[in-house]
Amino acid sequence: MKTVLYLVQKEFLQIFRNRFLLPILFIMPFVQLILLSYAANFEIKHLKIHVINQDFSPVSYQLINKIQGSTYFDLSSASLDVSSGYRVMEKDEADLVLRIPPNFEKHLRKDNQTALQLLINAINGTQAGLANAYLNAIINDFNQQLRMESIPSPAGSPLAVVNVEYRNWFNPLLDYKFNIVPGILVTLVTMIGVFLTGLNIVREKEIGTIEQLNVTTMKKHHFILGKLIPFWIIALIDIFIGLSVALFWFEVPFVGSFWLMMLFINLYMIAVLGLGMFISTISHTQQQAMFVSFFLIIIFMLMSGLFTPIENMPYWAQWITRINPIAYAVEFMRMVMLRGSGLPEVAHLIGAVTVFAIASNTLAVWNYRKTAQ
Amino acid sequence: MNHEVAIRAEGLTRKFGAFTAVDHISFSVEKGEIFGFLGANGAGKTTAIKMLCGLLQPSGGKASVGGFDIFRQTGQLRRNIGYMSQRFSLYEDLSPYENLRFYGGIYGLPRREIKPKAEAVLKKLGLWEEKDQLVSALPLGWKQKLAFSVASFHEPAIVFLDEPTSGVDPVTRRQFWHMIYEAAHQGTTIFITTHYMEEAEYCKRVSIMVSGRIQALDTPGKLKEQYQVSSMDEVFLKLTR
Amino acid sequence: MKKFLAFVNKEIHHIFRDKRTLLLLFCMPIVLVILFGFAITTEIQDAKIVILDKSNDPATREIKNKILSSGYFKLKRVLTSERALEQAFQEGDTKLAIVFEENFYQHLEKHNMATVQVIADATEPNTASTLTNYISAILRDYQQTRQVTGVMPLQIQTETRMLYNPRLEGAYYFVPGVITVILLLVSAMMTSVTIAREKEFGNMEILLVSPLHPIAIILGKAIPYVSIALINALTVLYIGYAIFDMPLTGNLGLLLLECLLFISTSLSLGILISTVTDTQQTALLASMLGLMMPSVLLSGFIFPIESMPTVLQWISNIIPSKWFIIISKDIMLKGAGMATIWQETLILAGTTVLLILASVAKFKIRLE
Repeated sequence: MKTVLYLVQKEFLQIFRNRFLLPILFIMPFVQLILLSYAANFEIKHLKIHVINQDFSPVSYQLINKIQGSTYFDLSSASLDVSSGYRVMEKDEADLVLRIPPNFEKHLRKDNQTALQLLINAINGTQAGLANAYLNAIINDFNQQLRMESIPSPAGSPLAVVNVEYRNWFNPLLDYKFNIVPGILVTLVTMIGVFLTGLNIVREKEIGTIEQLNVTTMKKHHFILGKLIPFWIIALIDIFIGLSVALFWFEVPFVGSFWLMMLFINLYMIAVLGLGMFISTISHTQQQAMFVSFFLIIIFMLMSGLFTPIENMPYWAQWITRINPIAYAVEFMRMVMLRGSGLPEVAHLIGAVTVFAIASNTLAVWNYRKTAQ
Repeated sequence: MNHEVAIRAEGLTRKFGAFTAVDHISFSVEKGEIFGFLGANGAGKTTAIKMLCGLLQPSGGKASVGGFDIFRQTGQLRRNIGYMSQRFSLYEDLSPYENLRFYGGIYGLPRREIKPKAEAVLKKLGLWEEKDQLVSALPLGWKQKLAFSVASFHEPAIVFLDEPTSGVDPVTRRQFWHMIYEAAHQGTTIFITTHYMEEAEYCKRVSIMVSGRIQALDTPGKLKEQYQVSSMDEVFLKLTR
Repeated sequence: MKKFLAFVNKEIHHIFRDKRTLLLLFCMPIVLVILFGFAITTEIQDAKIVILDKSNDPATREIKNKILSSGYFKLKRVLTSERALEQAFQEGDTKLAIVFEENFYQHLEKHNMATVQVIADATEPNTASTLTNYISAILRDYQQTRQVTGVMPLQIQTETRMLYNPRLEGAYYFVPGVITVILLLVSAMMTSVTIAREKEFGNMEILLVSPLHPIAIILGKAIPYVSIALINALTVLYIGYAIFDMPLTGNLGLLLLECLLFISTSLSLGILISTVTDTQQTALLASMLGLMMPSVLLSGFIFPIESMPTVLQWISNIIPSKWFIIISKDIMLKGAGMATIWQETLILAGTTVLLILASVAKFKIRLE
């Protein structure tokens, strides 16, 4: 066991002596956490809308005012003909084009029915779908208002109204960062952990020092443990700094139990560091290790539910997320930090990372060969 | 006691696919002997040495090092050997002292022994002034001497040296051989590969490997006599041509 | 020229020897497009909801029916008390709770007004918004069916057309980004690492004293990766077309030319990185954190730039990938020609020249 301590001491010496590595370990994650949390924003606000009003009626202006009043849309430009609508769209100067056709109000009053035309830039399908929903909600609202005003006493056919009260729990102001910050934090720490452990052993292979270690009496599991501990400690420090950023900079609430989270985080770190170690033992060059880690991390990240909810994925993709440690971590962080879930609700997540931790480290030890085949 | 066997190989073989790097080599090395393992580049010296150190699985044959089977008793084997590879695996971003302390610790030497011992080694090497500098800043010759000290820091019975002196000037090489002699004098068995033929003269016995096989094995004097030449260089040329 | 070709040949052999990396190089784009196209969808289906119905009368039953048959929602369970709400949300998979007040039907009949509470798990705000929007639409629909005449007075309808991507396919949005990231990965990251590797093993000096011109050496190292990058770009395009019916509205030739331009930009970035770093590890981490992350996150690949804070929008301007993503989207989806994209093209070309000048300057200092 004492040999492990010597290995840990050596790793720390090497890490702290590397001028380039230190900022990557202790500054980069927080710059990225802050940067990414602002960047990774699917919040849809201030969409640019171009209006073609060919009606000039009072109602059409009321409608435009109503749209302008919402935080979702900014009236960016206006014109009188459809072709210029297409042109601004092509130049990306508008996300939506709303056309109010001639005789809009006249038809409304006379035929009780009239139509608006809406063009949406749908390259970003998500944004387009939400923009459509928001704009329709505004138009419907406007419609309802108009009815109330125009039919002063709804005596003949009373309008039955279902009054809806909306509540947004856990995040009343719909702050997108609450959703993204805890997830980005674990993802960043995962990246650093996997990359550094992934490069570590294979680097010793490339330099040649691994042979010197292999002729020693050190046990295989001591070797893996000695490599794991330094990065485990560093990852924990990163988690603490990151949590402070989340809590004090982004003011993300922390509803659940801190100790429950620490239990999970520690198991999780062992799991992902073991994964990095495993990658390192199967790689021949650092380039290879980096590539494999990058490939895995990007897939894990995209399929973690961090950016798009897992429930929306097709069945086969949801199945893949079951072997994705980042998915467990993202879910755990959201449940415990934001919703205050307790042990019974997250026990299955803790179980999953425990299995993962045992599997990845066993694989790493098993695959590390002191004697080449 | 004098003729105890330190290393014994019988028909040791290693194949990489269709290529046979080491082809049924057999030899034995006595305890305390300096055994020169010669051969051209690519003759299979490093492959053989790696098998003897338990770094590479042999494809066939038998071998024991320090009385331990290299197939089955790798644990005990490792406790009794030291190995200095061609790339003398020092950590360039650690100081000489830290390198010694690390390897001492890995071999399980007691903490209170490591410090005085490492200091003694550094003083003897004349590296005391540089003990806190990074290894990367040291000249090649010093790195080699340090690497040898690292390989023998845990006082193994047998030390394997794979081309330890390549690339340095004759003076440094001579100093290096002094260290080897001193270790041998204390009873350590030295197994050394080299392609400097004048170094072969320093060995008690040498073997010459040509394309995976041992073509000659004897004392330098007897080999010269056998091939009726005046230097090991000529012996080597005669064998490899 | 012969010497140069021999050198390129050696480099190609070198790449092909590392089968694992090669496999990843060719699989990565395919896997990424498929994942983005199929898995990264924000289209919501079967969102789990819980219902607390304190009335359980004809009106609430009809509304519940409408909600559950809409295809968007799936009943997780029926609650019996308000206290159970919190527990339901803490389990993590409940997206929405619907609470009908007592005597819903009577209120609706007598006062023309009844209240339903819609509680969303807003930890994921967009899902919350989308789901509440669906519920509103369903309730509006219900109100309409209750009209005696069946026709609402003063009805404003909206005819919506989704331009460039009528089926709202995720792939349309992501394919240009995937091409960008792959091109960057192969031409910037791989090149910088290969050169750093030569330096680390001391081979660079050997190459530099060889009769080959330093620029020829760099080019020789780059050419194999450029070819791989181009093959990758074509693969991604083909998959987008074959699996996701993604059209190529514009000119393929123009698109490939722009790809080449962006490859040159990435190469010069990679070379610049390799002139300032000494070890593979440094080169890898530098290109990873300095190139890949910003390109994935700040280029408009995944996250719309318009939603970012102003400072980040400024920063995004210095990221070459942003401009290439705009160019490729314009060509692929909008069928734009040079007239539309000349500005972005000029920016990329200018950046490339600047980067090359910077690395030449850096390189000279090192040699002196």
